[in-house]
Amino acid sequence: MAEANDLVQAFDNKIHAEEKIEPKDWMPAGYRKNLIRQMSQHAHSEVIGMQPEGNWLTRAPTLERKSVLLAKIQDEAGHGLYLYSATETLGITREEIVQALHDGHAKYASIFNYPSLTWADIGTIGWIVDGAAIVNQVALQRTSYGPYARAMVRICKEESFHQRQGYESVAVLARGSAQQKAMAQDALNRWWWPALMMFGPHDADSAHSAQSMLWKIKRKSNDELRQSFVDQTVPQAEIIGLEIPDPDLKWNEQRQHYDFGEIDWDEFKQVINGNGLCNRERLAQHKQAHANGAWVRAAVAAYVKGKTGESGE
Amino acid sequence: MGDEKLNNQIAEYALRLGDDALVFGQRLCEWCADAPTLEEDIAISNVGLDYLGRARMALQYAGKTLGRTEDELAFLRDSGEFRNLLLVELPRGDFAFSMVRQYLLDEFELLFFAQLCKSKDDTLGAIAAKTVKEVRYHQRRSANWMQRLGLGTQESQARTQAAIDQLWGYMPELFEMDELEASLLQAGIAVDRVELHSKWLDIVSAQFASANLQVPESDWQVVGGRKGVHTEHLGHMLGEMQFLQRAYPGLEW
Amino acid sequence: MSELSPLFEVFLRGRRGLDHIHVGSLHAHDAGQALEYARDTYIRRSEGVSIWVVESKDIHASQESDVASFYDPMDDKAYRHATHYTLPDGVDNM
Repeated sequence: MAEANDLVQAFDNKIHAEEKIEPKDWMPAGYRKNLIRQMSQHAHSEVIGMQPEGNWLTRAPTLERKSVLLAKIQDEAGHGLYLYSATETLGITREEIVQALHDGHAKYASIFNYPSLTWADIGTIGWIVDGAAIVNQVALQRTSYGPYARAMVRICKEESFHQRQGYESVAVLARGSAQQKAMAQDALNRWWWPALMMFGPHDADSAHSAQSMLWKIKRKSNDELRQSFVDQTVPQAEIIGLEIPDPDLKWNEQRQHYDFGEIDWDEFKQVINGNGLCNRERLAQHKQAHANGAWVRAAVAAYVKGKTGESGE
Repeated sequence: MGDEKLNNQIAEYALRLGDDALVFGQRLCEWCADAPTLEEDIAISNVGLDYLGRARMALQYAGKTLGRTEDELAFLRDSGEFRNLLLVELPRGDFAFSMVRQYLLDEFELLFFAQLCKSKDDTLGAIAAKTVKEVRYHQRRSANWMQRLGLGTQESQARTQAAIDQLWGYMPELFEMDELEASLLQAGIAVDRVELHSKWLDIVSAQFASANLQVPESDWQVVGGRKGVHTEHLGHMLGEMQFLQRAYPGLEW
Repeated sequence: MSELSPLFEVFLRGRRGLDHIHVGSLHAHDAGQALEYARDTYIRRSEGVSIWVVESKDIHASQESDVASFYDPMDDKAYRHATHYTLPDGVDNM
């Protein structure tokens, strides 16, 4: 018992001293479980997030935009891979992580259950959705689990291009024809609130937040992060002449922050619980691709087995 | 031969190379979020990016003479004006089909662009030099896949052999010379496709033989892409690819 | 038939003259495929000039319980670090 207490004490000391926890270190079961939940959800979000963007890859309006979009989606796949690898250091396999997604036990960011309906959605996803993700990820670079923090550093470095290309692409539409500008405004109208929801429930209502903050898995609260996102994004919209779809939005001189309207939490719950436009398609597509690839993966496994068998003789 | 005539011929040649790369790149885009593993998804995207990059270089070059931008060429021509090989416009099929097509093309491109590096046309030579480096990597990857699929399971072998059989009749077009290319060959600008055939066949045959795969004995062949006579698939691809530029003409994106 | 592929750890040399540094991992069926995937995944922006891959199971790591015997003996050798030595005023860098 004394020994177990020592382990807990050593762990707590490391957390307190801002030292990273590394894979082979002892960690409380709850810490490990919490990390697996958050990291795998993060990884799945990167991978499922490829779908709404991939939806416009074959319809991108110029060859340069097509190349940029392909490179960006490839980055998302890479980020998913970094995060799956980092999660695997916690003693769970990729197969188990993916299986949990297919079984519905693991989640992904609910925002990807919204459809990408026009080309403007692609720029808006880069600007707003990636923008929100970056605010979250910048904070996570200081997360207490070493492999997660290092993956975040790598990801943040790459993500800045994602947000910029998105913003630039929306800016071109905003100064384009009336139809293009309307397209850009419409996309912002549809993605703004879901982006605010990405930060999760209010701190008071967040199931995992308190413990995650104590363990320094999360470094800033949902509401703090949401506020930073609003503060940085509102002026960006003004500069390109688009309107944030929130009548309650206004600068609060006293707080030195923007005040903004209440999120429709009912919609949030509806979409999380499966009533978004794309919930079933996103998961079905992932399962289908996985199932379609089964014979390929089996072939490679058999090939390697045959080859190593031969050399062993 | 007058300069203007020669320039037009070079532009047409560049257009062919550009269309091959563009149409194939577009097909590779269709694998996005649909590959057998996440690692393979990333790999296919890398190859796709190389093709899109090559398409842009070639179309920009063609467009200089033709007075059109790369995007006008990509998004505002109908299928009859596209000059790509039929091979690259076929629907992507399953992973075996896509990978066999990739392999057959890679072995061809490795030989083709090595020759085009020596072109008297500097721009084509430069495009070829860059392409050779990329294709070397593509070929290594697709050749490895021929081994894995051919020597993997019964199912993978069968799917791969079926893909070879389905694709074989589209290969002769890669080695066909017409008046334009013959004339550019004379000028030291184009590659002699005919000359590449036997070498290509030797390489591919050896690869297949070592991977439990057969070179088909079929004698069917389909051609027409260089003249703008395409399969029905290209029109659908263009309908999708060109949607925005057609629905909202003349805008900046 | 199992489709499971082993995990490989990836190390990159950023440029000539630097050490290989661990950057992450990936799944592949053999070392050759691991190298290909590492190239596609970890040097998308020319982050490296050389890649090492090694199967994760082949890495032997020191254990938490060994920490004391592994590292503590090194802790008392401050004289091995340049900062241990005070430089006279006027000598800024050494």
